[in-house]
Amino acid sequence: MKKLSQWLRFVVLMLLVSGPAGADGLLMVRSDKLFPEAMALLQSAISSRGYKITRLQQVNENLERRDYKSDMYRVVYFGKYEEVKQVTAKQPELIPFLPLNITIFAERDQAILVSSHPRMLESYFPDPALRPVFERWERDVVAIMDEVRQAN
Amino acid sequence: MPSRFVMLMFLCGGLMSPLLASADADGAMLYARNCAACHGENGNGGIGVPLALPSFQASISDDYLRQTIRLGRPGRVMPAFTRMSDAQVEALVHYVRAWDKGAAATYTRQPIKGDRAHGKRLFAQHCAACHGAEGGGGEGTGVTFSRPRDLPIMAPALHNPGFLAAAPDAMIKATLMNGRQGTPMSSFLDQGLKEEDLNDIVSYVRSFATQPLSASAQLLRVENPVIVRDSPYDFKTTVENVKRAVSSNNFFYGRVQPLEYGLTEAGRENQKQIIVYFCNLGLLNQALAVDPRVGMFLPCRVTIVEHEGKVQVMSVNPKVLSRLFNNSELNRLCERMSESYSAIMDEATL
Ligand code: HEC
Ligand code: HEC
Repeated sequence: MKKLSQWLRFVVLMLLVSGPAGADGLLMVRSDKLFPEAMALLQSAISSRGYKITRLQQVNENLERRDYKSDMYRVVYFGKYEEVKQVTAKQPELIPFLPLNITIFAERDQAILVSSHPRMLESYFPDPALRPVFERWERDVVAIMDEVRQAN
Repeated sequence: MPSRFVMLMFLCGGLMSPLLASADADGAMLYARNCAACHGENGNGGIGVPLALPSFQASISDDYLRQTIRLGRPGRVMPAFTRMSDAQVEALVHYVRAWDKGAAATYTRQPIKGDRAHGKRLFAQHCAACHGAEGGGGEGTGVTFSRPRDLPIMAPALHNPGFLAAAPDAMIKATLMNGRQGTPMSSFLDQGLKEEDLNDIVSYVRSFATQPLSASAQLLRVENPVIVRDSPYDFKTTVENVKRAVSSNNFFYGRVQPLEYGLTEAGRENQKQIIVYFCNLGLLNQALAVDPRVGMFLPCRVTIVEHEGKVQVMSVNPKVLSRLFNNSELNRLCERMSESYSAIMDEATL
């Protein structure tokens, strides 16, 4: 029985790992952490996967003037030099979608992270040579979001 | 194949407990990953409606949850989770259900007959103020990002293919009879309507399915996700042209940077891939007011590229945001942005 239940867990796990899960448009998760802490976690999750963070874009001054009070809002841009160089040489129309980015903003004492699914680029650019790159970005962005969400 | 195996396991009572134990765990994970950002960690609501509310739980069937997850609410932010497996959807239904100890409601798919014309009059009188004249839903969705959390939740869209497919007549009627305690949706029996009146309203709401798609359920179509123009000028001139065109179209430009800025040492970046960032505060504030997530596409940017001797100007077509965010309230803004982008790029390459 124990063996079987372990095996079942394995089957279900495989389904989760291999099954394409998630909303079709956006990846969106909530972190229990306060914004500065979630932001630090996000940056380290990105860097630990070999990406370079190129910019922390601010949008906040404009949000602050609105009803919705959020003094903390950033778009974090990141990429890998060789990768960006290669894919844009092959497909310059990818440039408007790069570098990859994850948006993070505070909601009360939590933080929300949003990103588009890199996988979505497959439907825009159905080049089989680019597919593995999009899949890798997808796995990395999902893993980064999971890491921030699950940190405790 | 494995999913059929799991389905088989579901059918084998004796093996139920270990599977449910892990299905629960996975349900929690799936919920945290896919739903919590909007509906709150414990189903207490947020951008989406509070799913843990007892009055909500009492009024819906498992099948309503299943269908809502699969179909979403087109144009109303709630995404359609089309890529989830059946087992994952089941795990989610189980997880969401576990917040409430009551038994799940079940409804027949039997249509309810009523006087549609009378229902229409009653709808205008009793429902339109919250659910919109044509049932398109309140302005904004759930308790939106852009409103303080203590405001009451927005009325969902009823004239929506996702809702109409998920909710049988009997469920709509039960919702009208009982209301949803703890939300602005009250019982219309308590408000003095008779059961026949409710049948008439249900029959009117059902008739939305045969009417043209509500504006709130419409999303913009894009043939091409990238707007591209060939430039007859050399690279440097084109960059200057873009900057000038940005200003003459009532935007101001900020940074002008190579794509590879920050990815490699300064000076080593490819200087034939330049991004001009620009902004218009009025538009920015408007966009953020409708959906704060659009910050991820701000500030606006146009790219100038020289590739194999050809100079091109390009940008993401802002119309893709409508579908990406599944938010029809962004449509007008996206269309305007798309026009501005095209105008800037046309002017720069004229
Ligand atoms: C005062 C505002 C208000 C009025 C008036 C009102 N509703 Fe609602 N209605 C709501 C809200 C808010 C919800 C969401 C409740 C929740 O969070 O579960 C709702 C939910 C519903 C639902 C369930 C839909 C869903 O997706 O959950 C139906 C069906 C519905 N209303 C029909 C009606 C009809 C028909 C009338 C008129 C007879 C009406 N409502 C009048 C605010 C209102
Ligand atoms: C991006 C935000 C967002 C995400 C992610 C999201 N929802 Fe929703 N959901 C909404 C909104 C907004 C509505 C109300 C739609 C309207 O106002 O017309 C809604 C409505 C619903 C409803 C109908 C509620 C009612 O009153 O009848 C259910 C059920 C639901 N969501 C379940 C889920 C589940 C389960 C998930 C995760 C698999 C999920 N949602 C993910 C935003 C979201």
